[in-house]
Amino acid sequence: MNLNKELPEVVITPSRFKNPIGKYRLHRTNECIECGKCLEVCPYDVHFKIGRVRTKNHYRCVGPECPNPCYEACPVEALSLKRNPTFDTMGDFRWTPDLLVSTWYMAETGAVPPKGLEYRIGDSGGGFDRLRLILPPPHRTKLAMPDEEVHVGLELNRRNDSFPKIMIDVPFYGAGMSYGSVSIITMLSRVRAAAALGTFSCTGEGGYPDELKPYDDHVITQVATGLFGVSEETIQRVRIVEFKYAQGAKPGLGGHLLGDKVTPAVARMREAVVGYPLFSPFPFHSVYSVEDHKKHVDWIKAINPNALISVKVSTPTDVDMVAIGSYYAGAHIIHLDGSYGGTGAAPDIAKKNIAMPIEYAVPIVHKSLQKEGVRDKITLIASGGIRTPHDAAKIIALGADGVCTGTAELVALECIRCHNCESGRGCARGIATTDPALMRLIDLNWGTQRIINLFMAWRKELIRILKRLGMKSIGELVGRTDCLVHLDYMNK
Amino acid sequence: MPAKYMIHTQTAPNRFKPFTKSGIIAWTEGCLGCRACVKKQCVYRVYINRGLDTKQMIDSIDNQCMNCLRCVQGCPMELIHKSINPEYAALGDSHWTPDIIAQLWDQAETGKIPVSGSGYSGPFSGPGFDSMWTDMSEIVRPTRDGIHGREYISTGIDLGGTPRHLTFTDSGDLESDQALLVNIPLPIILRIPFFGSCGKDIIKGWAMAARGLGTFLALPNEMIKGELVDFKENLIPIISPGQHCSGDGLEGVRLVEVPWEKNCKDISQKIKQAHPSVLISCRTPLVRGVEERVLSIVDSGVSIVCLEGSSWGQSMDDNSIFLKDIIRSIHLALVENGMRDEVTILASGGLAMAEHVAKSIICGADGVVIDFPILIALECRMCGRCTKGLPCPVEIDQAEPSWVASRVINLLGAWHNQLLEVMGAMGIRDVRRLRGEAGRAIFFEDLDRNTFGSLGKIGEGYELE
Repeated sequence: MNLNKELPEVVITPSRFKNPIGKYRLHRTNECIECGKCLEVCPYDVHFKIGRVRTKNHYRCVGPECPNPCYEACPVEALSLKRNPTFDTMGDFRWTPDLLVSTWYMAETGAVPPKGLEYRIGDSGGGFDRLRLILPPPHRTKLAMPDEEVHVGLELNRRNDSFPKIMIDVPFYGAGMSYGSVSIITMLSRVRAAAALGTFSCTGEGGYPDELKPYDDHVITQVATGLFGVSEETIQRVRIVEFKYAQGAKPGLGGHLLGDKVTPAVARMREAVVGYPLFSPFPFHSVYSVEDHKKHVDWIKAINPNALISVKVSTPTDVDMVAIGSYYAGAHIIHLDGSYGGTGAAPDIAKKNIAMPIEYAVPIVHKSLQKEGVRDKITLIASGGIRTPHDAAKIIALGADGVCTGTAELVALECIRCHNCESGRGCARGIATTDPALMRLIDLNWGTQRIINLFMAWRKELIRILKRLGMKSIGELVGRTDCLVHLDYMNK
Repeated sequence: MPAKYMIHTQTAPNRFKPFTKSGIIAWTEGCLGCRACVKKQCVYRVYINRGLDTKQMIDSIDNQCMNCLRCVQGCPMELIHKSINPEYAALGDSHWTPDIIAQLWDQAETGKIPVSGSGYSGPFSGPGFDSMWTDMSEIVRPTRDGIHGREYISTGIDLGGTPRHLTFTDSGDLESDQALLVNIPLPIILRIPFFGSCGKDIIKGWAMAARGLGTFLALPNEMIKGELVDFKENLIPIISPGQHCSGDGLEGVRLVEVPWEKNCKDISQKIKQAHPSVLISCRTPLVRGVEERVLSIVDSGVSIVCLEGSSWGQSMDDNSIFLKDIIRSIHLALVENGMRDEVTILASGGLAMAEHVAKSIICGADGVVIDFPILIALECRMCGRCTKGLPCPVEIDQAEPSWVASRVINLLGAWHNQLLEVMGAMGIRDVRRLRGEAGRAIFFEDLDRNTFGSLGKIGEGYELE
């Protein structure tokens, strides 16, 4: 048990850009008499004085929700509050600008934003965004319990077989993002943060760079249909091997790395030719049945008898059969990737239409594993649109044991979801790119700390939720649909 | 196996700069004139490559901007901002949304399927086709890899009906007539939209596209004259209601459309007698009781029925009923009556995206008829000015036929590939096998209440988080 394992420190890590984006902007006219009243009243350090009184940290302003607004306190009415037009150009239904900015806030401070931002739900109008946790009246819960006594760790091997037990200290780990689709710095930031939190991060299908060696114990390596960069050596290096049968961003479709992104380093890693696009076929042409699937699992177990096996699948109509089949094939983890998530480039038609959202798939699989009598023998991980710790809590209440994070980590590195990661030189903000000049936009320590802060905020928020529910461990929340209400079906 | 059907696309540039979602607002007042100005450092070289479009008298900067916000976040004086473009937001309506229109423009220009990074960005579900998802296969069922060309997936359908059974003479020869069928390699037929400034050249361009794609363009019979006569093989003349067509002028035509009328049975009989090799399609608006009507049309011997929904994909007399639901009930009614293979069902009305083709077919149609997408492919902004006699802002009437044809071929090339993606994921090799496969789809109304319907109870004093 790692209950008392030391937690990483939260270090305030502001944006790497000169002008962080917030929801509001404060305009200061020439009427300002430099009296410093605004500095005095502002609870969020928006204004400061170096020589002159100035407004610098616009992004920290909470707008009309401010208990002590500077623009009202100003004796000469030199300050006015406006919504930041740039804020409204960002984001979308799933990742609203509020969610983007609050994730940045968590990555900066390690805590959820105080006011002014909706940090729990998006605006998609269904699923997570219409589900709410029901909290009992405060007097009935054990709020006084210290945080250290709430256990949010998760045992990944529940089969009681010859394979090792692996406990992760938080109920989430990093989903696969390949070398080539994201930069080595992004990869290292993710895995270093995972190591600090006592959890894992997955390499995706694109090889296992040597730079990750010091963190082998926190790496999940992926075996996917293209078998890019897969060798006996990489499989023997890790404690968990993930079979990727499908991914939520493009269920039923193969992967595609554009030629532009196949740089010499990527080509070497994937044993491919520079500048040529790389296709991962779909599906594994060696697997057309659960029996074939078992051969796959046995193959990995023979090469590395100490590694747990995770099976990553998407969410077709018969996802329950796939999950049960995976259990009988010997998997330790069944990882369901719902159709609305993903970070990789994918056809828009697939992202929107193919396979079902994770909110439907998890209860189906949870119940059918229960019916089969094997629910407590396998770990059920959910991903595909888990944006916040609240999404995580909701999907666990619907029946998952834990979740995978993906987009949220990229947002912590200041992804703005411009959706242009797939084209040209890749991400202009240096996250999902292999362009050497763009990659340098991120400092490894900055990236690591941002993700650590985000994870710490998630952890803290999950503990707060569990305490409010009167629960001492995350395991108690699994399948507790009575802790949820869906607004569309709520009793009036 | 037939030769592989490929749609060859080739970039057909926009003639007008499309509206962008947001615009750059850059102030110059207060500029420090930094040596390493953020504008010079733009990854996409937007500020360097910007230019003035002298035709439209607009700056091209917003069309090049990729929204990375680096300049917004880098300018030391915070002089650069981005702002929502109200012109973009005002495009179209709640069905033909700005995003749908912009995606159609893009596909018509490039012929490529829309691809983007970082996950889905839309609403959880929505009305009509937005309340269904399509299935995929993994582990326990094979999939097909169509789009990258390794496996052949057929998108061809037969227009026409097959008889319930065959009869033979005593000597074993076939006695009954052979089924009259026309095969099209793509389950999509084009139809002239009911508005739009479409002159002769535009229609010629559409006819060229129909020929290039191997499909049909449906248009009023009286329009088929002059140069268009050469395209007859790929045209579907629409007989106007009340027009007592005896079949004159239908030589060389393979398919004709008659609107549903009380006497449409007689009209089709007449055409059949005059031109036994012409297939007849009967178009009926989707109104209450249409299932019965379709059964009677099929009963009268018409082998193609075109269902016409509103331009928002709804029933004509009830906007709470969607195309997807009516297609399903008509398909089931035909199956229950043992008549399904005697008729080809074509769905139309409000079909705006490639996914609508696949979803219509899953609900039970054999193919679809599209109208406004072939107009939007020509940069139409769905502003409706032409309906008021005002000039078209993108001068569609000035377009060259060859450009029109390329734009439509590009659009359908992109749709074809998207259809392959959906079918490949489901593991279906032939679009004829996709028809009515509702069990391989996921419907919001079935699943949402099933999953969440019981999550409605809140105890006294409990709070929502």
